[in-house]
Amino acid sequence: MSITRDDIIDFIYAEARMLDEGRYSEWLDLWLEDGHYWMPLDYKQADPHLVTSLLYEDNFMLRLRVERLNGERTFSQKPKSRCHHVIQRPFVDEFDVEAGHFVTNTSMHYVETRLDEQFLLALTATHELKLVDGRLRIANKRVDLLNSDAAFGNIQLLP
Amino acid sequence: MGKYSDNPAAVAALVQPHQVHKDTYIDAEIYQLEMRHLFSNTWVFVGHDSQTPTKGDYFTTQVGDQPVIMVRHSDNEIHVLYNRCPHKGTKIAIDRSGNTGKFFRCPYHAWSFKTNGCLLAIPLKKGYAQTEFNDSESAKGMQPVGAVHNHRGFVFARLAVEGISFEAFFGDSLSSLDNMVDRSPEGRLEVAGPPLRYMHQCNWKMLVDNQTDTCHPMVAHESSAGTAVKLFDAANWPEDKPKPVAMEIIAPFMSPYEFFEDMGIRTWPNGHGHTGVHHSIHSDYSAIPGYHDAMNETYGAEKAAEILGENRHNTVYFPNIMIKGPIQQLRNFIPMGPDKTLVESYIYRLVGAPDQLLARTAMYNRMINAPTSIVGHDDLEMYERAQEGLHSQGSDWINIQRLYEGEEDMSVEAVENGTTERQMRNQFDAWSRFMTMSMPNSEAAE
Ligand code: FES
Ligand SMILES: [Fe+2]
Repeated sequence: MSITRDDIIDFIYAEARMLDEGRYSEWLDLWLEDGHYWMPLDYKQADPHLVTSLLYEDNFMLRLRVERLNGERTFSQKPKSRCHHVIQRPFVDEFDVEAGHFVTNTSMHYVETRLDEQFLLALTATHELKLVDGRLRIANKRVDLLNSDAAFGNIQLLP
Repeated sequence: MGKYSDNPAAVAALVQPHQVHKDTYIDAEIYQLEMRHLFSNTWVFVGHDSQTPTKGDYFTTQVGDQPVIMVRHSDNEIHVLYNRCPHKGTKIAIDRSGNTGKFFRCPYHAWSFKTNGCLLAIPLKKGYAQTEFNDSESAKGMQPVGAVHNHRGFVFARLAVEGISFEAFFGDSLSSLDNMVDRSPEGRLEVAGPPLRYMHQCNWKMLVDNQTDTCHPMVAHESSAGTAVKLFDAANWPEDKPKPVAMEIIAPFMSPYEFFEDMGIRTWPNGHGHTGVHHSIHSDYSAIPGYHDAMNETYGAEKAAEILGENRHNTVYFPNIMIKGPIQQLRNFIPMGPDKTLVESYIYRLVGAPDQLLARTAMYNRMINAPTSIVGHDDLEMYERAQEGLHSQGSDWINIQRLYEGEEDMSVEAVENGTTERQMRNQFDAWSRFMTMSMPNSEAAE
């Protein structure tokens, strides 16, 4: 398959839609097994290991997170949260068809709501995508919140 | 003035041996009195001295509801000053941390102060020549808090000028802090990065209580820890593949009641206490290559084994911090209002120990204490539901009776069954003492 910039951009939009529609198993299948979802705590944080992050999750943790959302005794999800991503057209920062390696940079507004509360996060997502067996997959995803150093209440779904 | 100000008897009556009145958690006047009395009369955590390593470094925070600056002066001493200009009140420092050089300068009219608070200079000084300015309170400069004590890097302040000494307030409870520091082969900790900041719409005491509530993990955390265990069991994990780290950090929260009963709770006078006397959810972490050798080298095998044999779970330093020695973590529960608490979770590096230890500490912090952590979601949901529920007229009392056998003496150290609520009773014993001791008519409360 010959991959185009549009394919890359469509992928980013499709991922956001999956999260908004709660299609989590489909979303998990986008991921490569050894990928990490990283949400730094500090602006321009370079190291996910020796300082704290908001999230730095491997495949097992992401599966746990998703599995938990549907659990019978997940009290913080009774009633359930909903989320909504509004995304700006992604920049394709790296486009290496030969290596099957792509990097995008996407500005988004993320809204999460539960009960009477709703909050808004502005963020930039950096996706590292790989073409594996003709299919685009997420190798790593980094989400930088504009106000990553602010004090938040629960952020329960996935920005 | 309402029913509790200048009425120590009414305040003291909110605490009974087996139950406490809901006003302790929801009443606005009680909250104001906590800020004025409880957080003034006790020793409250400010920061760690590695947050201000060089002269002129400062760090801004709160003691109770009082904005303060912790700063390293030119003689290397740490000072804690109220963050208020003695002229018209402007906050001097707004950044969470920074270096101010040799002096602070107020951004409003440029009065300047040495880093120990003393007034250094005023523009147009001659305007005060005929005014007996030197006799004013403002001439003294930025006000220091009542007293400051640095215990092995951990800086505490007492706002009240007169009061209980640091040693008398903490006594043997300092063994938990000491153990955390001793786990460094150099006997020294350093703060590692900024804290996680997590806002809770509930009273600060909900959080403090929960640190020694050993009957909630297997219930409230079934959704996170329970699901982790289920997922792992279903995965038929290959023997040779390293176990997911979540299993080491999160799964122990699902330990059965017996585990928590057997682990024990120790209480000390003045509201301090800890879970995990005999073992804890931190006991079975995997060994990190090189660490034991470094410890043996410093302390000798016997002493090193003794230090590492302590696996205290949560130590509460009354009123509002909790530390976890085995994972080098400190949580500060900062009151923001009767129904609002900011939690700051700090991690520390054991100086001289392998980086892998710090990596585990950072991992623990984000997996358990982040606003994005599923374990944190479980807890916050319960605190906020409790805070809402307490506003109902259904009942006025909160029960803290588990394993109460009558007539407890909180002035002595005790070790009991790990599911007792004695530590909560201990906190309220201290609460009512430090709340009322400086109120007018305080004999009435006795
Ligand atoms: S208010 Fe600070 S100098 Fe005037
Ligand atoms: Fe908990």
